Amino acid sequence: MRYGGNTSCIEVRLADGGLVILDAGTGIRALGLELLREHLSRIDLLLSHLHVDHLEGLGFFPPLWSPHTEMHIWGPSSPIRSLAERVETYFSPPLFPVHLSEMAARVEYHDAPEGEWFLGSARVYSQPILHPGPTVGYRIEADGRTLAYLTDHEPALASDVREAPPTWISGFSIAEGADLLVHDCQYTDEEYPERTGWGHSSLGQVAVLAERAGIGRLLLFHHDPMRTDEQLDEFGDQLSRLWGVDGDRCVVAREGMLIAV
Amino acid sequence: MSGQEQNHLILIVARAFASRLATAVFLVDPDGNAIYFNEAAERLLGRPFIEGHGMPAAIWSTQFAPQNERGEPIPLDELPLGIALGRRVPAHRGFEIRGLDGAIRSVAVTAFPLFAHTEEFVGAIAIFWDRAEET
Repeated sequence: MRYGGNTSCIEVRLADGGLVILDAGTGIRALGLELLREHLSRIDLLLSHLHVDHLEGLGFFPPLWSPHTEMHIWGPSSPIRSLAERVETYFSPPLFPVHLSEMAARVEYHDAPEGEWFLGSARVYSQPILHPGPTVGYRIEADGRTLAYLTDHEPALASDVREAPPTWISGFSIAEGADLLVHDCQYTDEEYPERTGWGHSSLGQVAVLAERAGIGRLLLFHHDPMRTDEQLDEFGDQLSRLWGVDGDRCVVAREGMLIAV
Repeated sequence: MSGQEQNHLILIVARAFASRLATAVFLVDPDGNAIYFNEAAERLLGRPFIEGHGMPAAIWSTQFAPQNERGEPIPLDELPLGIALGRRVPAHRGFEIRGLDGAIRSVAVTAFPLFAHTEEFVGAIAIFWDRAEET
């Protein structure tokens, strides 16, 4: 298995050493073990949304069990319940044996602001994006480089991605001109019509968005768990062709992959 | 940040919803500027969206000559969309308009303010019903 099977989690290292984590899928468990060795005083976790594949690793994130950890969890706001209440729904019996408040780390919750904000040396921009339930995309600018994170995103549900003015395309302002765009790419164009409204993108839609947003490189993310390695290889090749770029600008995300933005 | 001023997701979804409806829909931003109306609204108003894009409330509230049953003009703050914008509450009313094609139509209009998750006011939406289509 070359691409791996953990659910969504990305470690972002800023040039000043600051750490930002994008989502807390099962991939965060191994990351947490490495972070224990660093004795970081502050960790910022940016949740795109609270579907279980983006949250299920948090209970197995070792720094949460350390009293020396100050953890800031950012995520989409809801008109009904606070971010803390929604996260803690998962971290409570019968779904989880321990309540999040029983963990040793100091945890603070923040609604991701709509617009621009700062995390250390990084300028962050977050906006609601199209996916069932409250969901945000993140744009992180630091050291003159830009990373855009749009996982679990279905821009075509509300727009004609090829024809609509950019201001009417979900996620466009997050993606625009990014050096690296991490984007959902769950379906083939043939599969998408049967899964419209499920909150994910097809290859063709991502290719158009990448082209129109003028991004540097694209990282295909959030693979359908039923894909084989060979199918994912083909996804990368096909998307490069659709976008009309060399393969090194269009990469399929795999576990442990390291990318310098 | 990127150079584009992104429309709020609520408005993006509202526009997508409206664009697929056969019922006339008129969408405005928090300042009352027309940011979208669909094909059905184009027919009722006698004006294509491409010409009406960006119309301020002072224009759309008078250009189509809304009037009550006594033939008196209805001011913006008494129109359903004006109420949704100004008082931020839903409103409904029947009245007549004159489209830019010259036709006078009797319409029923229901308008709602639009609030995002953070209870941020992002605009308002009006749905028009052409009473001539009532059976």
